[in-house]
Amino acid sequence: MIKKTPRLTAIDGDAAVKEALRRIKEPSRRAFLQRSLTLGGLSLLTGCAIVDEDSVETALMRVSRFNDRVQGWLFDPQLLAPTYPESMITRPFPFNAYYGEDEIRRIEADSYRLEVTGMVADKHAWTLAELQALPQTDQITRHICVEGWSAIGKWGGVPFSSFLARIGADTSAKYVGFKCADDYYTSIDMPTALHAQTLLTLSYDGQPLPPEYGFPMKLRMPTKLGYKNPKHIQAIFVTNTYPGGYWEDQGYNWFGGS
Amino acid sequence: MTEASPSIHPAWLRAAHWLNAAAVVILAMSGWRIYNAAPFFDFKFAKAITLGGWLGGAIQWHFAAMWLLAANGLVYLILNLATGRLRAKFLPLTPRAVVADLVAALRGRLSHADLSRYNAAQRAAYLFVMLDAVLLVLSGVVLWKSVQFPILRELLCGYETARRIHFFAMSALGTFVVVHLAMVALVPRSFLTMIRGR
Repeated sequence: MIKKTPRLTAIDGDAAVKEALRRIKEPSRRAFLQRSLTLGGLSLLTGCAIVDEDSVETALMRVSRFNDRVQGWLFDPQLLAPTYPESMITRPFPFNAYYGEDEIRRIEADSYRLEVTGMVADKHAWTLAELQALPQTDQITRHICVEGWSAIGKWGGVPFSSFLARIGADTSAKYVGFKCADDYYTSIDMPTALHAQTLLTLSYDGQPLPPEYGFPMKLRMPTKLGYKNPKHIQAIFVTNTYPGGYWEDQGYNWFGGS
Repeated sequence: MTEASPSIHPAWLRAAHWLNAAAVVILAMSGWRIYNAAPFFDFKFAKAITLGGWLGGAIQWHFAAMWLLAANGLVYLILNLATGRLRAKFLPLTPRAVVADLVAALRGRLSHADLSRYNAAQRAAYLFVMLDAVLLVLSGVVLWKSVQFPILRELLCGYETARRIHFFAMSALGTFVVVHLAMVALVPRSFLTMIRGR
């Protein structure tokens, strides 16, 4: 997952964010800081230097699972995220991924197939043309990143609930999982999958989804943080087995709702 | 126990104070790490004073300690109201008295003989920090769940404004802590009363 060392870029907000992202991707550095700082924090709290660090990590993960349940309980399927006028769209809309812009995947439209597996009736693989032929809608919503920043964008595509209905998904299943062409993977809860603003996204700002935002297809959910919105999706599966996610397996909160 | 002196701070209050102190330290240090991931001012907090190591770790700490702050704060407020302590300790409070006590404090003429009574400057400062903590919790709720709490989100003028409110409320709390610790250093007996109760 880590391919390069951090390098200096121009000092502006976006560059600083990307630089920070690159830095946190270094596992050795992160592990070192994690160890030193969680221990530092704890000794500060308890005045006790001998702390089983693994048990702290375990306890924090347990609270994160508890927070998943609280968020599932707080989630109101009828409640819509705010929408905005076109004039408020953030231009340019920031690129963000676990890799840099020089590693954006280029997906061939003609050979692209969307696999659908798991607890669904129709498991045929979809071509891009087939997806484009489905009834479309669009939304102008706020994308909130786990880092704190937010940006407003306009996405168009197929309401995910109607796609799930079309493939005969068992909507009593707990999870929908996603595997992506950039080796990213994540998963969401079924109530969010069925939310009216959850969009199987094929366009950005009226144009076919550009590579940096996840060509040919991404899932857009204004009710979840950015890292829950997978790009370059190749496979969708419906399951009762917890699928985890790229960042979630490293400690980001799984529900990741907003 | 030589002399049975009356308790200045009941046990529940001391417990709440120290639990709150722990929660605030964790929330501030992890919050600084979260801020560093996407700073909206031209500075970052030094890594050495942040908690969590990386963004995901900081968020885990932050979203664990938030429960401690909120639950403990709620118990504190309920007991304060139910026992009548809030009224007895913090009222009456007039701007004139606050100014007079602030001036006296700056001249070093404020009496600390009776630690069971808060002077007007203390009353104002502690009430301020209570309200500030409430603002921190409310703005934090908007940052965590901006879609699920639409009324609160609109009251705080949206997600991005709530981020700034959360930051400035943290700064105000930090300022309070600095002044508070300086006052404790000047009147060390007040530190003992928050541990022993008298």
